[in-house]
Amino acid sequence: MRIKEHPILNFKEERKVIHFTFNNCPVTGYEGDTIASALHALGIKKLSESMNLKRPRGFYCAIGNCSSCRMIVDGEPNVKTCVTLLKEGMDVKVQSNKGEIYD
Amino acid sequence: MSKYSLIKVKYMIKKDLVIIGGGPAGLCAAKMVAEANQSCMLIDRNQILGGQLIKQTHMFFGSEKQYAKTRGIDIAEKLVEDVKKYSDLIDIWEDTTVVGLYQDKVVTVLKNERYVKIQAKAIIIATGASEKVLAFENNDLPGIYGAGAVQTLMNVYGVKPGHKIVMVGSGNIGLIVSYQLMQAGVNVLSIIEASPKIGGYKVHASKVRRLGVNIETSCTIKKAIGHENVKKIETIKLDENWKEIEGTEKEYEVDAVCIAVGLTPLTNLLSMIGCQMKYVSELGGLVPIINENHETSIENIYVCGDASGIEEASSAIVEGYLAGLHACKKLGKFHPKNDELMNEYHQQLTNLRNGPFGEKIRIGLKKQGVCKDVS
Repeated sequence: MRIKEHPILNFKEERKVIHFTFNNCPVTGYEGDTIASALHALGIKKLSESMNLKRPRGFYCAIGNCSSCRMIVDGEPNVKTCVTLLKEGMDVKVQSNKGEIYD
Repeated sequence: MSKYSLIKVKYMIKKDLVIIGGGPAGLCAAKMVAEANQSCMLIDRNQILGGQLIKQTHMFFGSEKQYAKTRGIDIAEKLVEDVKKYSDLIDIWEDTTVVGLYQDKVVTVLKNERYVKIQAKAIIIATGASEKVLAFENNDLPGIYGAGAVQTLMNVYGVKPGHKIVMVGSGNIGLIVSYQLMQAGVNVLSIIEASPKIGGYKVHASKVRRLGVNIETSCTIKKAIGHENVKKIETIKLDENWKEIEGTEKEYEVDAVCIAVGLTPLTNLLSMIGCQMKYVSELGGLVPIINENHETSIENIYVCGDASGIEEASSAIVEGYLAGLHACKKLGKFHPKNDELMNEYHQQLTNLRNGPFGEKIRIGLKKQGVCKDVS
C-alpha cells in the first residue's frame, strides 16, 4: 500500500524501520508514520469497535477530529492513532469499549 | 490513578495575544501581529505547523498575492518560515491541544501531558474545519474515508488508501483528490455527484475526465457492503427532486470510498466560550456571528479562516492578516502600514469572493453579518 513512485512527492528515501506490536503480533512501520498510517500500509484498516454494537471502525478524518481511530497504545485507551507518531516498541491494540485507565 | 492527574501546573502564564491554530489563517495572523511589534503565542495541536496546506500537492488558483501557481506544500513552508523569523515575538507551542476556553479569556492546554493555563487579553481563533459525513447504509465501515483523510494518508505519509476507489462528490476537493489518487497510482473507478451539475471548477473536472474517469451526476451512494472492510458499494440515480430512482442501482467493487461532501467549521471552542452562533448552510454549518473586524460577539475574541465559515485557503490567508491587524490595533500596537494594508486586504477579500463561484459565500457572509468585503 506504500506509494513507490509519485510525480511530485518523493517517498523513496530509505527510512528507519520501527518495530511495534499490533494485537500482540510483531509488525513494522517507518519513522515518520503515525500509528494509523503504519497499520494502513500493512493493510490493517479496522482500528476500533463501536461501543455498543461492536461494529468495526477505521479512521475517517486522519487529522484528529473524528475519534474513529482511537486505540489502546501502551495500555492507554482512546489514543488518536491518526495523529500519534509511531515509536519503537509500541504496543498497539484494537479498542472495543469506552476505555478504562489502568495503573 | 492516571498519570494526568498527578501533574498540574499551578501558575498561570500571561500573554497579550493567543492565536489558536497554525494553519494558513493562524500563521498569517501571527505574522501581521509580529510585524506590528506585538508579541503573541501561537498554539497548534500538530507536530508541524501549516494546517492542511501540508497535504495540498496541487498549485493554487487566484491571485499571486495569495501564492497562486504555488503548491500548497510550498505555501506552508513559506508561511512557517515567515513566522519563525519572529522567534523573539512569536512563542510557538506545537503539539499542544487547547482543551478549554473561558469567558475571562483563560485558555487551557494539554502540552507534553501537562495541563497548562494561559491568561490572554485577546484571542484569535483559527481552528479551521472538519470534514462532513454522509448518511448511507454501513457508512461506518473501515475503508470509507473523508477526502482530506485520503490526502493526508497519501501526500503526508505516502500510503495509498486502497487500489480501487469511488469518489463521492465532485466539488473542487473531490476532483482534486481524485487526480491526486491517480498520481499515487490508485484506480479511481468513478466520481459520483448527487446534484445534476459538477460542483467544482471545469478545469479540474476536465483534467480527470481526460484521464478517463467518468463523473456521474444525479447519482448518490446507497449503501456500502463488507464485513471488516468495504468490499462493494451500491449507487443509485436521483431524479430532479433528489428522490432515488428504483431500478437504477449499480454496484462497484472497491476497497476504499472517498467522501468529499464538504467541510464544516470547527467551532467547538467558539461555542465553549459562548460566542453567538448562527447556522448558515452556505458557510458550511454553525458559524460565529462576527463584525467586519473579524471580532465575535465577545470583545477581543477574533476568528479567521475556515473556523468563521468555509472558503478557500487563499481567503483564510487574507482573513488571517486582517484578524491579526485588528487584534493588535485594539491592543494598542499599530502595524507601520496599518491603513494601507487594511484597505489592500479588504480589497483582496472582495476580489476573491467575486464571480459566480463566490456567490454562495457572498450570500452566506451577509447572513453571518459581514457586509464588508463582499461586493
